[in-house]
Amino acid sequence: MPIVFKMTWIEFKLLSREPVTLVFSFAFPILVLVLLGGIFGDQTMERGAYQGVKMMDWYVPSFIALVIASIGTISLPVHLSSYRERGVLRRFRASGVSEAALLGSQLLVSLGVAFVGAVTISLLGIVVYGVQMAAAPAEVALAAVVSTFCFAGIGTLLASLAPTARAAQSAGLMLWFVMLFVSGTSAPLELLPSWMVSVGKALPLYHSVLAMVDPWIGRGTNWTQLALVAGIGLVATLVSLRVFRWE
Amino acid sequence: MPPVIVAEHLQKRYKDVVAVADASFVVEQGEIFGLLGSNGAGKTTSVECLQGLRHADGGVLRVLGLDPQTQSRELRRRIGSQLQESALPDHVRVWEALDLFSSITPGGRDWREVMEQWGLSDKRKASFHGLSGGQRQRLFVALALVNGPEVVFLDEMTTGLDPAARRVAWDLVRRVRDMGATVVLVTHFMEEAERLCDRIAVMEAGRIVAEGAPRRLVADHARYVTVVFSTDAEDLAWLTEAPGVERVLRHGARVEVRGGGAVLAHVAAALVAHGITPPDLRVELPTLEDVFLALTGHEMEE
Repeated sequence: MPIVFKMTWIEFKLLSREPVTLVFSFAFPILVLVLLGGIFGDQTMERGAYQGVKMMDWYVPSFIALVIASIGTISLPVHLSSYRERGVLRRFRASGVSEAALLGSQLLVSLGVAFVGAVTISLLGIVVYGVQMAAAPAEVALAAVVSTFCFAGIGTLLASLAPTARAAQSAGLMLWFVMLFVSGTSAPLELLPSWMVSVGKALPLYHSVLAMVDPWIGRGTNWTQLALVAGIGLVATLVSLRVFRWE
Repeated sequence: MPPVIVAEHLQKRYKDVVAVADASFVVEQGEIFGLLGSNGAGKTTSVECLQGLRHADGGVLRVLGLDPQTQSRELRRRIGSQLQESALPDHVRVWEALDLFSSITPGGRDWREVMEQWGLSDKRKASFHGLSGGQRQRLFVALALVNGPEVVFLDEMTTGLDPAARRVAWDLVRRVRDMGATVVLVTHFMEEAERLCDRIAVMEAGRIVAEGAPRRLVADHARYVTVVFSTDAEDLAWLTEAPGVERVLRHGARVEVRGGGAVLAHVAAALVAHGITPPDLRVELPTLEDVFLALTGHEMEE
């Protein structure tokens, strides 16, 4: 078995032995989704490009993007930089583990966790809030995979730049919380002042949300947004490969 | 056969601190080579440069004919590393780590066999964080050997092991060498260097101050033996007159006479001539410890 798959498999086993590490990635977005469901549960969008769309039909796919963002910008960098801090990366490197195998396994683990997150959020939306099942599941899945690639790249970059695991955690949380408020994943976009929307557009979650929502509500793949997400991911990955540090 | 390791004028600085000032040494195929020195002497930095884990600032390095700076990927497949400071994920199990690390290098050894040899079979399902210091240490050595390396770097391998486990580890290292591997051992532990190493380089303040087989180093650098006995006799001034005597030290009843090779016979003769026949008269041969003291001017701190 190639080393990247073996590492991925071990990482999954480690996660299953310490599931509490995923609590934030899952529990917090679900909590927020429930709160938003309580506020906007039966409303529809009144203005803007998504006028007439049920609020929860917007929130469910966009919260899948939000969970993916938290896996990438919080869980992954904290995990990688604590490996570095504790000398685990040093151990891997001395034994000839390549950057590609290490980061590849992190991406695969993120994809696996994102899948679990997407299923959880979808079931919650469909069962509790009567949200329509995704109109084009395969296209939604494509957007989710591209988003995971994007946020895993950003997470790797954060892990490479942050001096310590705590620094990586602070930076990741900060980025994630800013994105939470300006990407249509809390207050609806049409209620945000225009400068906030501009901030949102400068950050990846905004684009990832649109890329997830459009195929979910039957508007088909939003290639522009998908390309933006992929582009941000590619740049982040290329830069992080250059600045990655084993110790 | 060319040497397995060549280091010529190795230099490494960390900002303002010079870790390795100028170190040159060679390691021959199939020997156990020890880098001996106190903390901060530059031993770990030197072997980390050889393993391609750090970039040397100057000098020429070759390991198995490869340049560790530019050919580290190929090199790491052929060497084994037991690092002084490293860790594994807390919840990874012993067998999983061995299985993972053995699959990095195709054609390595059967990890089950290595696990058995290093006494880890009972702990195969234990998590890394549940292992004692000694068990972790043995796991790291096992991980260094699991790819069937041609050169093994062991950095303070027996730190954290109790004396019995230490002896077992020494036997296993000899066995690794007997199977054809070359071993580079970093240690600050005199007994380990003396018993295990075929050759030693003594490192002090980033330089190699002496190099050779342990016995050779003792013969070259510690030319004095010490004769020890106890007596109540007050005046021993006449002892300094005996041939070969360099110095007489007295701690209460205990007397230490330092001198050249034949000093024991002369001291014994002089004592008898003065009517003193101490029952505990004996000679203490110099050890590596004395060599180290002679070379560096200080004792090895623990």
